[in-house]
Amino acid sequence: MAITTRQFDAVVVGAGGSGLRAALQLAEANLRVAVLSKVFPTRSHTVAAQGGVSASLGNEEEDNWHWHMYDTVKGSDYLGDQDAIEFMCRKANEVVIELEHFGMPFDRLDNGKIYQRPFGGHTSNYGERAVKRACAAADRTGHAMLHTLYQRNVRANTQFFVEWMALDLIRNQAGDVLGVVAMEMETGEVMILQAKATLLATGGAGRIYAASTNAFINTGDGLGMAARAGVALEDMEFWQFHPTGVAGAGVLITEGVRGEGGFLLNKNGERFMERYAPTVKDLASRDVVSRAMATEIKEGRGAGKDADHILLKLDHLGADVIDKRLPGIREIAKKFANVDPVKEPIPVVPTCHYMMGGIPTNMHGQVLAGHDGGAIVRGLYAAGECACVSVHGANRLGTNSLLDLLVFGKASGEQVVRDLASDSIAHQTLPKDAADRTLERLSRLDTAQSGESVAEVGAELRRTMQLHCGVFRFPDSLAEGVRKMNEVAQRAERLYVKDKSKVFNTARVEALELENLVEVAVSTMVSAHARQESRGAHDRSDFPNRDDANWMKHTFWYKEGNRLEYRAVNLKPLTVESFEPKARVY
Amino acid sequence: MVRREVVGAHYGLRDWLAQRVTAVIMLVYTLLVLLALVLLPNFDYGHWHALWQLPLMRYATVLFVVALLFHAWIGVRNMFMDYIKDTGVRLTLYVVVILALIAYGAWAVQILWGE
Amino acid sequence: MRLSVYRYNPDVDAKPHMQDYDIALEPTDRMLLDALIRLKAVDDTFAFRRSCREGVCGSDAMNINGKNGLACITKVADLKEPVVIRPLPGLPVIRDLIVDMSQFFKQYHSVTPYVINDTPRPENERLQSPEDREELNGLYECILCACCSTSCPSFWWNPDKFVGPAGLLQAYRFIADTRDQATNERLDNLEDPYRLFRCHSIMNCVDVCPKGLNPTRAIGKIKDLLVKRTV
Repeated sequence: MAITTRQFDAVVVGAGGSGLRAALQLAEANLRVAVLSKVFPTRSHTVAAQGGVSASLGNEEEDNWHWHMYDTVKGSDYLGDQDAIEFMCRKANEVVIELEHFGMPFDRLDNGKIYQRPFGGHTSNYGERAVKRACAAADRTGHAMLHTLYQRNVRANTQFFVEWMALDLIRNQAGDVLGVVAMEMETGEVMILQAKATLLATGGAGRIYAASTNAFINTGDGLGMAARAGVALEDMEFWQFHPTGVAGAGVLITEGVRGEGGFLLNKNGERFMERYAPTVKDLASRDVVSRAMATEIKEGRGAGKDADHILLKLDHLGADVIDKRLPGIREIAKKFANVDPVKEPIPVVPTCHYMMGGIPTNMHGQVLAGHDGGAIVRGLYAAGECACVSVHGANRLGTNSLLDLLVFGKASGEQVVRDLASDSIAHQTLPKDAADRTLERLSRLDTAQSGESVAEVGAELRRTMQLHCGVFRFPDSLAEGVRKMNEVAQRAERLYVKDKSKVFNTARVEALELENLVEVAVSTMVSAHARQESRGAHDRSDFPNRDDANWMKHTFWYKEGNRLEYRAVNLKPLTVESFEPKARVY
Repeated sequence: MVRREVVGAHYGLRDWLAQRVTAVIMLVYTLLVLLALVLLPNFDYGHWHALWQLPLMRYATVLFVVALLFHAWIGVRNMFMDYIKDTGVRLTLYVVVILALIAYGAWAVQILWGE
Repeated sequence: MRLSVYRYNPDVDAKPHMQDYDIALEPTDRMLLDALIRLKAVDDTFAFRRSCREGVCGSDAMNINGKNGLACITKVADLKEPVVIRPLPGLPVIRDLIVDMSQFFKQYHSVTPYVINDTPRPENERLQSPEDREELNGLYECILCACCSTSCPSFWWNPDKFVGPAGLLQAYRFIADTRDQATNERLDNLEDPYRLFRCHSIMNCVDVCPKGLNPTRAIGKIKDLLVKRTV
């Protein structure tokens, strides 16, 4: 079947924070770049980030990147690669200042510098006390950042393909990636976008859980594409549960609330975090706080008539501070929790929020070919939440995600520019069957007259994840989860959509998204079942302790054969001494 | 023909301002007339006629009419801009309205100074 | 819950029509978007945009019982049934509730929506006082959902020439930014009977803005600056 092919120097899949940051680098280097996005760029999920982006600017109190690095290593529960973490923390000031120069409307201090607030897990002098490191634009930092980056791309004349969905990577015999097969949603037309460099920046996949702070578009498309193309997925068992999602609704309430001085209460009105983290209390890292909350609820000290949530108190901050620093939170609380936080606490529960794992890359965004050695997949790059560098290890610190987007978005963009300059080769020949597998998938959906409902299989997938792979994980339940998820995966091979139209067929899009979610869910369940220890966000009832002797290693899941391999954590930073693993107390 | 948007006419502000200034003039004039009516000792033809013999009244009225015509021109043209898409039709309508407004102005002067 | 929904698929329909649905809601379904997702589970041919489901991405703007709004932050309890749902008015319909927003974004792009500052980049951040930063409040929060522009008659009549409330709000966002140096060029770009002066201050935009922003006030401030520079 004839299929249109268009050629670019680089294709960026995804137009959130990292995609836009990378695209900017490419467009300003005068490369022919196509940026694909399922939604208009400013609708990407970076828009929902609230609290801030971390950088040790030290605008209000002493700070430096060594402390930031220590906090990130400790936050990762020593699973983060220390070279990448050093790279990120050292680059933080540069990329945040750059963002300010792009026009980012940061809040300001009286001296005109960027306003910074404390955030969970960020401390001064290696864990002594909480430090003001999160650069914020009220509680709309992600929104301000995404719009600023988009605006800067408008200035750079970046070429966007809005409402295009990338479906599959194209790989040749040698394993090089030569572009993507993509679909224009408005017309249903499928095309090959051939590129010397393909950068995946597709964001998270939090939609594998029933209760999630993530947007509907967060379906792990890049991970699905990578897995189908034989690329491994790294550390998929590590999913961050954000302590404060609105109970019942899942909508995020920023950690900035606690940064500004809010705290958590159980049904007795006790500030229970004092028991779990005596030093920084409510500003412990997220895995610690979420586990504490889940424990309170499990032991019957939850609030509400079903004792099923925790209260986030902030009325003592006063209406002025709330309206100035947390206006969006007040809006969300009123709309989704029916409470005005100026008067009452907000009911919250730990809610799936962030994927620490992802497509394995080095710190230049180059995708690793496998678990052993540093070999890369030529032509393929990844950045942002869909990538696993790994700087977040087993648990990400708040505000480090926006930093990740900026640092690794830029670094991968720079790497692409370097690679295309050094081997400014002509486009390689596409394999004859480049789009066959994709077209086959589409034609199955187009011709199926019966089969499984996308809504039902999706709901079963989310239920299974929620039930079998939550904050606390149990061996039998995980085994059952693996079995159920394999069933879900089989059902997902027989999806049926009633809508056969070519024009903006959202039913087909949702079916294709579900196929990607399945890859993410299966890899998560299998990886979690295999990791016999508790580390960061992964908490096993049968192995309650961290096991550095056997498990200081990254999980690599391969779709083919549903197989797991491992790779040792890199404890050696670029220039400084290693932070040796020690017990993690906040 | 290439569909090209042409913008930056560099007017609009003048008209927008004029509309506000003329509105103020009309308001002041209206108050003046009301005041004159109240102060009129007797509301009969003689007094009414005498009132309009005053140069102040005549020139104030001319000013008012000019303001009114300008105000009307801007308002009517605004409506044409909103609803009339064809440039030729719009231009024709502009001309018709301008001619009509000039005629009204002349008529007003004739009323004030004619016998 | 009873919904009356605008349906049009150019592949199969000769012309648009309204279709009625009765949707059973769960107690957790609080927002109109929840109802639309239930609807889609029943009839997957129904097409609409949605993403963040918390009112920050701006995807699910639509006309709900005659008023523009975001489905994800419109409570079902507040709606009179049957809930009549139509696409945003004044833009071409692609399919069902999905409209072609290119004209809207074209106007947004026409106001050079980025900070222009050609002075050498300082080593650290460009300083801005908290008061100067405060000027951007009520402006930068725009989510480009198009509720305002598509409720504005002036935008309906001249979408190609009138920038519209959303675009003008953003135009002022960059004028108001003390770091931006292109105020004069920006004012030049707007001093036009169509681009700016189609606004007749009827304030439909203020009435519908889901983020509570006030484009009319921003437009007034642009006019103030134009007056200031002329008079």
